[in-house]
Amino acid sequence: MEPLISIRGLTVAFDGVPALRGIDLDVHPGEAVGLVGESGCGKSVTWLAALGLLPARAQVGGSVRLGDQELLGAPAPSLDQVRGGRVAMIFQDPASALNPVIRVGKQVEEALRLHRGLTGGAATAEARRLFEQVGIPDPAGRLRAFAHEMSGGQNQRVMIAMALAGRPDLLIADEPTTALDATIQAQILDLLRRVQQDHGMALVLISHDLGVVADLCSRVGVMYAGRMVEQGKAEQIFQSPAHPYTQGLLAALPDMVGPRRRLEAIQGAVPNPASMPPGCAFAPRCGSAGADCDAGTPALRTVRPGHRAACLRIAA
Amino acid sequence: MSLLRLDAVARTYPGERRLFAKAASVRAVDGVSLTVEAGSTLGIVGESGCGKSTLGRLMLGLEPPSEGQVEFDGAAMPAPGTDAWRKLRARMQLVFQDPLGALDRRLTVARQIAEPLVIHGIGDAAARRARVAQLLTDVGLGEDLAARHPHALSGGQRQRAVLARALATDPALLVCDEPVSALDVSIQAQVVNMLVDLQQARGIAMVFISHDLKVVRQVSDSVAVMYLGRIVEQGAADWVLAAPLHPYTRALVSAVPTPGRIARERIVLTGDPPNPAARPSGCAFHPRCPVAVPVCAQQTPPLRAMADGRSVACHLAHPNLDRAA
Repeated sequence: MEPLISIRGLTVAFDGVPALRGIDLDVHPGEAVGLVGESGCGKSVTWLAALGLLPARAQVGGSVRLGDQELLGAPAPSLDQVRGGRVAMIFQDPASALNPVIRVGKQVEEALRLHRGLTGGAATAEARRLFEQVGIPDPAGRLRAFAHEMSGGQNQRVMIAMALAGRPDLLIADEPTTALDATIQAQILDLLRRVQQDHGMALVLISHDLGVVADLCSRVGVMYAGRMVEQGKAEQIFQSPAHPYTQGLLAALPDMVGPRRRLEAIQGAVPNPASMPPGCAFAPRCGSAGADCDAGTPALRTVRPGHRAACLRIAA
Repeated sequence: MSLLRLDAVARTYPGERRLFAKAASVRAVDGVSLTVEAGSTLGIVGESGCGKSTLGRLMLGLEPPSEGQVEFDGAAMPAPGTDAWRKLRARMQLVFQDPLGALDRRLTVARQIAEPLVIHGIGDAAARRARVAQLLTDVGLGEDLAARHPHALSGGQRQRAVLARALATDPALLVCDEPVSALDVSIQAQVVNMLVDLQQARGIAMVFISHDLKVVRQVSDSVAVMYLGRIVEQGAADWVLAAPLHPYTRALVSAVPTPGRIARERIVLTGDPPNPAARPSGCAFHPRCPVAVPVCAQQTPPLRAMADGRSVACHLAHPNLDRAA
């Protein structure tokens, strides 16, 4: 199957300091892909760069193809058609993504006008249907509400309705539940799963929470210091992780069941992007690193079919 | 004797003034009784607005209770701002979520850690210097960091500096309000391990307030689950989180995203956490409760002890008592 979106050798640097150091990633129609990693690993920057949402001082290189269309360097009008149209994005903080002085219904109607040419009564009726679909109680009444009159969970539902307004082929959700309470997080994850299946839409879920990604995604990419260090099916990543960093992340999570054990913390901290280690960026924190790890950046190698990791310790 | 005892403590705030209506007051904490034993950890969990942070402030005497009583070490908590309260502050310390906000940006790490010693008049200059060096080692910060300012530290290092300062006066009680929530997973594990080690080595009692059930389970001996200002379930951490009895605790535990667990088992509650200013009648949880029965809307279930030693505030957990009533 042809990938929906295909990222090759994507690099981003801010003022000469690299933030993303060569990312390859395909997302196929209808699949749910999770991207995990800690602050600064580049998981959000990847998609901001792909959609041309980074400030002008960012130097972006590589290629991002959506079907036949190259997105990097594409003129603004064609990017405007893609963003909110074929590719929609929702963020961690819905309250700041919504306009505080415009009724939420009007904001959804604006997306409908821009991407589907709906106006007037047709747009209002469709906005109302979208509100119903994302489970907003009293949809007709809530169309007239302002963002500050709604809870964080309801605002995130509005954002999802607005994302669905353009009938996207791909929804990118960047930490969509991080600011929400546990019970509301469960509601939003359920909603995302439902809309993804109902619309046959592809989903990219960016999260620092491995549990959230495990919940929704069939394929997972683990990022560290601007690179993809492991990629595979969700069960491969969570049950038999191959990269020492992925193993470390999973061992650092406390369990909910079984006897309590001391957490296995990863020693040290993420390297400073301005002074990267010579070879593998994880080597200074890695228990199985040796002199060979400093010789060069390891490429992704196949662990088993569909599962790849960038570590020299993996038997080729 | 317990180090800290709360007896039917409530904290009420005046509500928003409406133009033609009387201001309704908000009961942020409502009738909470609990004890914290020396050297043990009590975890407090619940969602935004459930009153867990207010409860932490009441425990430290930072706010006086509107009703009920707080006792520290067998004596009533003095009113905030009094001399007696200031003296007690050396024995109780607070750690917040945001270490950058808790540190003074103009002071070096060493000066910040020494500050409580200066305020409480502990030791002379040389003794304080030695104490600061020891504290830095205890929290795993190198001596080269002593002369740095907070902005030159990473998030994990800042939280270690805050902890070193909190430990400077050798407190008997440490209240931690979401201490690791802002940290990345790998750093979070480092700080959690360090907290557990320091607490065990020094015999400090700890109150650990967090929305993260996994971290709470990792550090706590006992757990109190709060909903809208009240404790709905309380008991040994292993019991409450492994086999929750209250429907709210069950939903919270099932909502913890865990790699490798099947999401279909999750209980998804409908509705939003309620507004503390418009508390539902009867059991405050009943509008969202998947198993509520008519009595739940009428009577507030009291927190009652179960055979296994925990307490639960749910009509259905005590069927014989309530069905008869």
